[in-house]
Amino acid sequence: MSIYLNKDSKIIVQGITGGMGSKHTTLMIEAGSNIVGGVNARKAGTTVELAGTTQPVFGSVEEAMKETGADVSVVFVPPAFTKDACIEAIDAGIGLLVVITEGVPVQDTAEVWSYLKSDANTAGTRMIGPNCPGIITPEESLAGITPHTIAGKGPIGLVSKSGTLTYQMMFELKDFGFSTAIGIGGDPIIGTTHIDALEAFEADPDTKAIVMIGEIGGDAEERAAAYIKDNVTKPVVGYVAGFTAPEGKTMGHAGAIVSGSAGTAQAKKEALEAVGVKVGKTPSETAELMREIMKSL
Amino acid sequence: MEYQAKELFAKHGVAVTLGKTVETAEDAKAAAEEIGGVTVVKAQVKAGGRGKAGGVKIAKTADEAYQYASDILGMEIKGLTVNRVLVVPATPPEEEYYFSFLLDRSNRQYLCIASVEGGVEIEEVAKTNPDAVKQIAIDPGAGVDEAKAREIATEAAFPEPVFEQAVTMIQALYTTFVEEDATLVEVNPLARLEGDKLEALDGKVSLDDNASEFRHPHHEDFVIREEADPLESKAKDKGLNYVKLDGQVGIIGNGAGLVMSTLDVVAYAGEAHGGVKPANFLDIGGGANAQVMADGLDVILNDPQVKSVFVNVFGGITACDEVANGIKGALEILGDAATKPLVVRLDGNNVDKGRAILDELNPPLVTQVGTMDGAADKAAELANA
Repeated sequence: MSIYLNKDSKIIVQGITGGMGSKHTTLMIEAGSNIVGGVNARKAGTTVELAGTTQPVFGSVEEAMKETGADVSVVFVPPAFTKDACIEAIDAGIGLLVVITEGVPVQDTAEVWSYLKSDANTAGTRMIGPNCPGIITPEESLAGITPHTIAGKGPIGLVSKSGTLTYQMMFELKDFGFSTAIGIGGDPIIGTTHIDALEAFEADPDTKAIVMIGEIGGDAEERAAAYIKDNVTKPVVGYVAGFTAPEGKTMGHAGAIVSGSAGTAQAKKEALEAVGVKVGKTPSETAELMREIMKSL
Repeated sequence: MEYQAKELFAKHGVAVTLGKTVETAEDAKAAAEEIGGVTVVKAQVKAGGRGKAGGVKIAKTADEAYQYASDILGMEIKGLTVNRVLVVPATPPEEEYYFSFLLDRSNRQYLCIASVEGGVEIEEVAKTNPDAVKQIAIDPGAGVDEAKAREIATEAAFPEPVFEQAVTMIQALYTTFVEEDATLVEVNPLARLEGDKLEALDGKVSLDDNASEFRHPHHEDFVIREEADPLESKAKDKGLNYVKLDGQVGIIGNGAGLVMSTLDVVAYAGEAHGGVKPANFLDIGGGANAQVMADGLDVILNDPQVKSVFVNVFGGITACDEVANGIKGALEILGDAATKPLVVRLDGNNVDKGRAILDELNPPLVTQVGTMDGAADKAAELANA
């Protein structure tokens, strides 16, 4: 088992013909993902050769789903077109929408989220991202850009705001392996949250423990702490980046802005510790805390 | 800044008096003469509390405007030097209100905050009389049409004589918020002037860089370069994601989360080495080729506070040998300019090849440490040497 993504997932790529899209589609195929085609309205009817496979290019997500039975779409289109690509996929009724694109205007994401919550989302589409590395269920499927070579299958579930910290933590705990590792992205507005992933990991029988990685900005970690208190029985280890980030400065992630006391790394750490989550000072120390838990299970 | 916010307000039909923005006391005097009567001379810096800091003065005559402008220009408000003042006609408000639209990230929608009780002291009102500060959720899909604007104006209880003006202004402010891709549009105070005229007396607009990049190229004109740190300006010219901090250990890494984490780990390590701290945030992204690495090192090595540099890269998509070649190429490009010790921690994809490339570079300039915590300790030690 795993969450959101498994070996049976049929994946299409929106923007498969672009530089990022074709490069990462190749890597996804190498990771074992079942890629069944791509979408680019201007190149409909053509094919692309990637990693020894021939991938059909469809004119729309709807057409791609009808022809291939796809239930997952990974979005690599440029920021200016991301909103329309998401709306199109939601309208087509895709199950899982993984938005990798970085630099999407936050009002565009706000509109997509509003659309996802509305009656228009008849299929109950789940969105991950934007500005995220996507999701990997090791040895089964990858929908995103996480290197599949870092770690294999195992009992740890991972949810993280940051891409490279996801890789770092998977590397630190590669001897245990992961049920699913999901990068939810650090933008101010995102689809799937820490809480969503915690809920899914709690329900997944193959996940024995959970690593949660947060960073400064917003109150997602504080909310997750409140959720853990009442709903999560599995052990959770946490890490928060940005203790030394100065107030009012943006540290790369659009969402990682500290303004005032709420949203600081210290406040997040304290909120998590208050509900029994062990929080590491560094990624390595966090991995060590998880190691101890795995030994005791 | 206020005058820039007002320009955006005017562009979208928000009632506002632009006044004149000037950089010298002589020009302030000329502006006051042109406006006539009593004027207000206002410091233009990106900071709140300008009035309390003495940056806002009422001038009865043009000569007073000259005097106040020369006092205000060059003064520091919250660490920012005042380089320009705005001269506007003095229009004493009969009542002051507060109004804003902003991004509500927790609820993944927009929020309107409105209050007819007090403008400038809104934070105080929010504490002492929270019921007077109305919060109205805005669905980004539905937006704010006239009906919604009426609903907001009614909820906020704008008085009858200015109610219709408020409805119009609320729509214009929402247009400003959406058309400019803002994350905040704030009018404070929103004033009821003599003759029941509603006007935005002061305001603030925060813009979304992601949108400005391709949708609003004119937003670049709002950036005032002299205020930015020279190293930050240099980094920006080279397209680097760099933030200057106040420490001694230069930091280069890939990915915002990992770099933030690196700053923390260096700060912890520094506790055992004379309290040294990270000198900057620099995320070179996924690519990490030789030129980007050289540009990054160039900026960091030009920071006189920097005593050592910590390069922390996890090879995910990028292979470590590419990163190592980047470092090697950077050192070749920089030549004799590369004088400060480099601690490098490489891990991940093709790490053995990467480390072998760096092994060939002659120490003592480059030291490799296998773990992030260990490398941070070494970099802090070298910075404290």
